[in-house]
Amino acid sequence: MDLSSINPALLLASLLVAATPILLAAIGELVVERSGVLNLGVEGMMITGAICGFAVAVETGSPLLGFVLAAFGGAVLALLFALLTQFALANQVASGLALTLFGLGLSSLMGQGYVGIKPPPTPKLDIPVLSDLPFIGRVVFSHDLMVYFGLALVAAVWATLKYTRVGLVLRAVGENHDAAHALGYKVVRVRLMAILFGGACAGLGGAYISLVRVPQWTEGMTAGAGWIALALVVFASWKAGRVLLGAWLFGGVTVLQLNLQAAGVAIPVEYLSMSPYLITIVVLVIMSADKSRAPASLGRVFHASS
Amino acid sequence: MTLTRLLTGAALALGLATTAVAQDKTKVGFIYVGPIGDGGWTYEHNQGRLAIEEHFGDKVETVYQESVPEGADAERAITQMALQGADLIFTTSFGYMDPTVNVAKKFPDVKFEHATGYKTADNVSTYSARFYEGRAVQGHIAGKMTESNIIGYIASFPIPEVIRGINSAYIHAKKVNPDVEFKIIWAYTWFDPAKEADAATALIEQGADVILQHTDSTAPQAAAEKAGNVITFGQASDMAEYKPTPRVSSIIDNWKPYYIERTQAVMDGTWETKQTWDGIGPGMVEIGEITDAVPADVKEEALAMKEAMANGEYHPFTGPLKKQDGSDWLAEGETADDGTLLGMNFFVEGLQGEIPQ
Repeated sequence: MDLSSINPALLLASLLVAATPILLAAIGELVVERSGVLNLGVEGMMITGAICGFAVAVETGSPLLGFVLAAFGGAVLALLFALLTQFALANQVASGLALTLFGLGLSSLMGQGYVGIKPPPTPKLDIPVLSDLPFIGRVVFSHDLMVYFGLALVAAVWATLKYTRVGLVLRAVGENHDAAHALGYKVVRVRLMAILFGGACAGLGGAYISLVRVPQWTEGMTAGAGWIALALVVFASWKAGRVLLGAWLFGGVTVLQLNLQAAGVAIPVEYLSMSPYLITIVVLVIMSADKSRAPASLGRVFHASS
Repeated sequence: MTLTRLLTGAALALGLATTAVAQDKTKVGFIYVGPIGDGGWTYEHNQGRLAIEEHFGDKVETVYQESVPEGADAERAITQMALQGADLIFTTSFGYMDPTVNVAKKFPDVKFEHATGYKTADNVSTYSARFYEGRAVQGHIAGKMTESNIIGYIASFPIPEVIRGINSAYIHAKKVNPDVEFKIIWAYTWFDPAKEADAATALIEQGADVILQHTDSTAPQAAAEKAGNVITFGQASDMAEYKPTPRVSSIIDNWKPYYIERTQAVMDGTWETKQTWDGIGPGMVEIGEITDAVPADVKEEALAMKEAMANGEYHPFTGPLKKQDGSDWLAEGETADDGTLLGMNFFVEGLQGEIPQ
């Protein structure tokens, strides 16, 4: 056992990278759920974003364009869910599950010609002075644009929900859609926007896996990240800051267990392998022990006539 | 009269032709553990399938199923394939061993071939390649080329084949570089690009400048390329898209001759159960081009070792060797027998860490 071979700065830096996909997907789903809609199709939207972003980046040579189109691809798939649940008034749970299956199939069809190809590298954003700082520079200031974008997005969502009129309307729709409707707010329109936003975020998270973290395209490469994002939202009791903590925790334990193995720690490997899931659940359950509850209208169908 | 005769003749000929075709076409099925585009293990098995189609043309029909999980699903998939009328089914992952044997009991007329397993039956053969010969070559290059003296190894499951590979690579790295140290990560998967990439990154961050892998995707190669100054080896397939660095050589599985031979045996009715275990000599294991990133003398030594193994002069497991706990295993000049190798469940002396049980 040789713990000194683990470099804490590098460990924390890889934590930020490992946490980014689930963070992006989870913050999008948080907005969706705060508007009173339960979209279980996160995994499907992520994998669709992964192939859309990958294909566009390969064809155009621009990773940035890849990310933009990945968000678009995720949103288009989410639009399908929105049409089903908001206009056809279909059951949200069933529609979400169908969306995941559809996304997995669609992405593997779209990805046929992209197996075994290298994507263009996503440039690192080295901030001149800051990235030279010891420790902090390596941990915080040596990442690609999407890591910062994810963090900024969490801050923006938190501030919007807490302090702005838009956020208040969104929460009102999620808490009691009949009251919001009576006050003259367009419930369906608000929810539609939230669903599209959630889809775009999930798409970005997927593209981060296929363009930065792995980087290559293979079928089913999101490997359950969408489900982890969904779980994070619930256990973070619908609070943006806690989603961030949860994502870091999961990413951190994942990276740490690989590092511990490489350092030869004498804990049976099986326990290390399941530790990210166990520890995330335990901590998030503790975190969710306060009185917060789900948005009151979550998962309920709204129609102006009822 | 003429017309009737013509028609009868035509009908007869047609009838004969169709039945002849139906009888002639041998149906060969494949069960794959990953997608055929994984660029590694499954990709090479699929190359073997394509070789069958090319070799036999209209006389065969091949079917395959990708990404079949090891376990209950595998049994279902194999059964399905047998019900569809396959005459010969190749199941290409260690975890399909018991499902294959179970299904084979229910279909005595169908021939089964299981890759890398050890259980046989009247209609179940096994076949595998002596990958450890290739890993000896890799270990030699790795030991010579490492500057940090830390070699990272991404292992999949703690089964004899993987353990054999680690031992073989370690013995030969140690031989040329006594200071070398192996860091091993068990990924518990054959194919999960994100996890393999994270594992490679963790190893590199802990100082490894050589990454060996026993998982099937090219994700570790991509991680090594990103890190720079790290070398890797193609696994199961050439992984040539990462030449000349990080990928400096590779172990290539070449199943084509075997698949063609066994299909021919089914066609001829001479198929018999057997256990095949071929190495570099018969060409089932190939060493991919050693790139110029490797110094010329190291390359020469590596090729010489490959040659010696091919003509049987050298065995990678030649004594004196001790087990990890310090007990004697092979005396001076003694070589390991196949039985021990097939069931290998211990590390050799000098390797750190325990094998998960």
